[in-house]
Amino acid sequence: MTNPILELRNIRASYGSIEVLHGVNLSIGRGEVVALLGPNGAGKSTMIKVVSGLLRPTSGQLIVGGRDVTGAAASALARAGLCTIPEGRGIFPNLTVRENLLMATFSGHKLSDIEERTYSRFPRLSERRTQLAGTMSGGEQQMLSLARALATNPVILLLDELSMGLAPLIVAELYQQVAAIAAEGVSVLVVEQFARTVLGVADQAVLLAHGKVQVSGKASEIGEDVLAGAYLGS
Amino acid sequence: MSLLEVRGVMVRFGGVMAVGGVDLDVQAGEVTGLIGPNGAGKTTLFNVISGMQEPTAGSVHVSGVEVTHEAPHRRARRGLARTFQRLELFSSLTVRDNVRVAAELAALTNVDETVDNLLEKVGVSELAEQTAGDLPTGSARLVEIARALATGPRLLLLDEPASGLDEAESDRLGVLLRELTADGLGVLLVEHDMSLVMHVCDRIFVLDLGFIIANGTPSEIQHDPKVLHAYLGAPS
Amino acid sequence: MQELLTFTIIGLSTGAIYAVVASGLVVTYTTSGIFNLAHGATGMLAAFTYWQLRFDWNMPAPLALFITLFVLCPLFGILTERFVMRGLQGTSEVVRLSVTVALFAFMIGIANWVWPSDSSREAFTKFFEGNTVSIGGINISWHKLITFGCAILVAIVLRLLLFRTRMGVAMRAVVDDRALTELNGGRPDRVAMFAWALSAMLAGLAGILLAGEQQLNIEPLVLLVINAYAAAIIGRLKNLPMTFAGAAVLGLLDAYYLQFSDKSWFPQSIMGFGISGMRASIPTIVLFIALLARPQSRLRAGVVRIREQNKVPTWSASLMGAVALIAIVVAISGMLTRSNTLLLLNGFTFAIVALSLVPLTGYAGQMSLAPLTFAGLGAIAMSKLPGDGNLLTLIVAVVIVALIGALVALPAIRLSGIYLALSTAAFAVLVTKLIFNQKQTFMSGNIAVPVLDIPFIEINSPRGRLILASAAFSLLGLGVVAIRRSRLGRRLIALKDSPAAAATLGMSLTRTKLAAFAISAGIAACAGALAGDKVSPQQYDFTQSLPIVLLTVVGGVGTVGGALFGGLMLGGNSVLASVVPTLKNVTKILPGTIGVTLGRNPSGAANQIADAFRSLSNRWSLLAFAATGGIVIWILDAQYVISHWAFFISGVFWLLAVTPNLVGILQAPRTRQIIASIYLAIGVIVAISIDWDNAVDSTGKRLIALVLLIALFGVGAQRLTENAPRVHRASPDVIGLTTAFTDEELDHAERELGVVL
Repeated sequence: MTNPILELRNIRASYGSIEVLHGVNLSIGRGEVVALLGPNGAGKSTMIKVVSGLLRPTSGQLIVGGRDVTGAAASALARAGLCTIPEGRGIFPNLTVRENLLMATFSGHKLSDIEERTYSRFPRLSERRTQLAGTMSGGEQQMLSLARALATNPVILLLDELSMGLAPLIVAELYQQVAAIAAEGVSVLVVEQFARTVLGVADQAVLLAHGKVQVSGKASEIGEDVLAGAYLGS
Repeated sequence: MSLLEVRGVMVRFGGVMAVGGVDLDVQAGEVTGLIGPNGAGKTTLFNVISGMQEPTAGSVHVSGVEVTHEAPHRRARRGLARTFQRLELFSSLTVRDNVRVAAELAALTNVDETVDNLLEKVGVSELAEQTAGDLPTGSARLVEIARALATGPRLLLLDEPASGLDEAESDRLGVLLRELTADGLGVLLVEHDMSLVMHVCDRIFVLDLGFIIANGTPSEIQHDPKVLHAYLGAPS
Repeated sequence: MQELLTFTIIGLSTGAIYAVVASGLVVTYTTSGIFNLAHGATGMLAAFTYWQLRFDWNMPAPLALFITLFVLCPLFGILTERFVMRGLQGTSEVVRLSVTVALFAFMIGIANWVWPSDSSREAFTKFFEGNTVSIGGINISWHKLITFGCAILVAIVLRLLLFRTRMGVAMRAVVDDRALTELNGGRPDRVAMFAWALSAMLAGLAGILLAGEQQLNIEPLVLLVINAYAAAIIGRLKNLPMTFAGAAVLGLLDAYYLQFSDKSWFPQSIMGFGISGMRASIPTIVLFIALLARPQSRLRAGVVRIREQNKVPTWSASLMGAVALIAIVVAISGMLTRSNTLLLLNGFTFAIVALSLVPLTGYAGQMSLAPLTFAGLGAIAMSKLPGDGNLLTLIVAVVIVALIGALVALPAIRLSGIYLALSTAAFAVLVTKLIFNQKQTFMSGNIAVPVLDIPFIEINSPRGRLILASAAFSLLGLGVVAIRRSRLGRRLIALKDSPAAAATLGMSLTRTKLAAFAISAGIAACAGALAGDKVSPQQYDFTQSLPIVLLTVVGGVGTVGGALFGGLMLGGNSVLASVVPTLKNVTKILPGTIGVTLGRNPSGAANQIADAFRSLSNRWSLLAFAATGGIVIWILDAQYVISHWAFFISGVFWLLAVTPNLVGILQAPRTRQIIASIYLAIGVIVAISIDWDNAVDSTGKRLIALVLLIALFGVGAQRLTENAPRVHRASPDVIGLTTAFTDEELDHAERELGVVL
């Protein structure tokens, strides 16, 4: 683990005058799955925005593959192999399934390859290729957003609240796919409110609260009592 | 009769159910907490209560009077005031003028005195002449509370008042809330700072995926397995 | 029946042109969120360019078309996006609209300059002039068929583009979710650039087609955009099929009106009002109805807003300013020639109109494009009311117009942002067409507005009217200050800063907006009512309102001083044209050029300079230095040491490049102070000593040189004296290669090694 693929050094970030991250340090090794946990308002989504390039940190450094990329545009990071599935549904609701996949071709992959891999992994999407993505069920929408990660072979995958508003069964199915992506050697940073759901998949876990890292360690070592304390107060 | 009665409120955005049929009560002289995971529908519910969002179904009563279809400014005159999760100060006015606008809208006779007292009460007197847009978050949140109080409300809706506050400020906020309820004000509090919620609330409602899944005293909520489940999710 | 069919075909062909324009408007609005008021002007400029190539330089039509539509239009669109529109992200709607207004003014200025209307020019003929084809017994010109064909082609191409290509899909993706497009690796900026290029092509195509039907005139081509607005609003600014349908309806309405208005049973007037202006008003009426059919704009929290930095004006400063203004005017008015007096009077009239925007746009954040319309109504009321100009007449006139203002606003205030602005524009056009252009309103083209009858003072000279106007501006300005300091003023600001908070605190947004509109209309009415002379309807035309709005926003719409600046700039612009006749053409594009810079620097280049001037305001020594420099340059000119051109260029250089830098120089470290001073001194010497009249042989080159001088020396000196933090921006293309040292690391290393700078 001498050469982390993604590193945050003392990152501070704010929306206008509201500072949300007060100096966060985090490091992810190659091929590692790190779960970012924490209650609402802890700053998890903000961290994803900073890493993906959508939000410029007010101070600190973002290092990808040993290279300082603080302030790089999100589109440039995406083309360089950073795949982000943002909070909510990472799809374009008014584009068809196929057009959504066409947007994934900015990664440099051919549409036919992306379609083939997507439909073999999620046969249900192949039946809906001309349907508007926004009219599909929540689970199908989330499959479509994961398809981009599956088909474009990224270096790093950032997942933000994959499970939001979905039934537990579908969530479990989606996380099987995440495990499959990780097994191919992709480094994953996954934000989850639902700690129990994600700890089975993750190698490391980081607990964020009040814009700071409170606890970090092996995923298996984070106890329920710590989590319950962080989420509901003790 | 409760100060605020929310009955069967439902909000749909297109095919998405944001709030799925919520019953909720706030009593005068109490702090009522409303908590839940992200996307549970808390802010939408706040918007319904304050009149910024028309509900698909259900009703809202304030002191026994139905206000479901009233405009926000009419509800304000019935004694309803709110703050906003993302600050909504009048950023080009001074702190004093922010509070003064509210006091004038309430048609108070002794505007200046009221404004001074409120600034004193929330502890921002020394910032009175600053432009509101230049304030740090913590002070700005307190000014928003002072502004809401200047309308002389009976019911105060607070949307994440402690976010951006440091620990000392958040403790002070807790004390302030207790003082206010001691004067008979009813408070509905959405907050992520659980230690504040657990300390200050008399009763807590837990919203998950648009439904109230539990309500009770802080200690009941802390030990409710359903609540823990909603926050931590099912094991995969 | 035959006749009906004929007019249907005529209507559909007109509709086809509207559809092409409107689709361009929708393309840019959806992808960049900017409603381009200058869209019609783009088409106008393209039509003129095509005329130049095709008819003046006799190029073959296909080549001229290719150059205009596929080279110049896209280039224009790309440059507009890159250098004007891109800087507008995250700015207020008022600024965004003002910038497109500026572009509008700029392009009209260019067209007036390059293609003056008095020159007799080659006719702009239709495509295949004289060729017709008979379909079902009706003769249709080839030009109309081509117009049809173009509209259908545009529909097909847009459909294919938006649904079959990655660029087109990306355009729709940006509308759905801009951030997600970036996360996919798409570049929204490129997409926007493409959209602007496409939009300019569509505008150009429509402009050329329309010019073939209606000849080459600036106004109808520019106002073509009103029809496009109406069609686009019917399509809710996003739905292209609906937009095409709306365009067809508009075209048909126009044609049928034309058909039926010839019939004997068709009324020539309603209630004494002639309805000759009715045909031209149809699109505006449709626009108005389409706007009013929009749902109430929803109250939202968390909208990004831009904060004004204006302090509350104090009474002492305001009173001093008012007295000083009147004193200055009294003092200099004795020395002015009659024509200059009239020009300055004009400036003050504009300043009063500009002042009407301060409470409405500056305080309450509501955009109006119709300030002059209310001034015109004020003039009419003053002339038609009995009393022959006594004070009571003035008050009644103002109250009437204020009530009209509120009445007009009543249906419109459900709207916000561009929809509100457009509805005020629609109102202005309607009033212009239906009331100002009435024979009954303006007898023989103009009406006499009586001079205000003030007891014991007789005003019968232009000088007297000038002093009256400056006094009126000062009094009204004090009134606006009083509003800002009052309970109402705080409410207006609250309305702008956060409508959501204001409403939940108990404020009726409707009543507050009505008050703002009424006050604004009343102030504007004063400008008209105090005209004290013959006025013509053209003075209050809708298109004349736009430069006022623009220059007031540039000057600072939140302050009385900004209004004075805006009004005098507009008036001063014509002074400049009369003093230095060679600059006549420059003055045509000046307001637009100044406004366009708002886009490069959203808070306004003028604002930036104004900031610098503001920081000068309490440093008397620097102020005196700046004034002395200006006077020296003026004396050099007056003593014929330097030419008028050298005077103009060095004067502007002194004002825009040297003066704003003075404070920065004062505060810089010693070495930087010296370097920057020498640097600027070289600039001044260059500006004064060049033989502008002979060495530089055209006005255009001189102006380019002026801009370069300001950029080189003014901006250079600014860079020298400021110590902005260096922004570290790494390219991620080289991920995995060796790490570059960051500034912090370098600093750290230097400290470790004991390197002291």
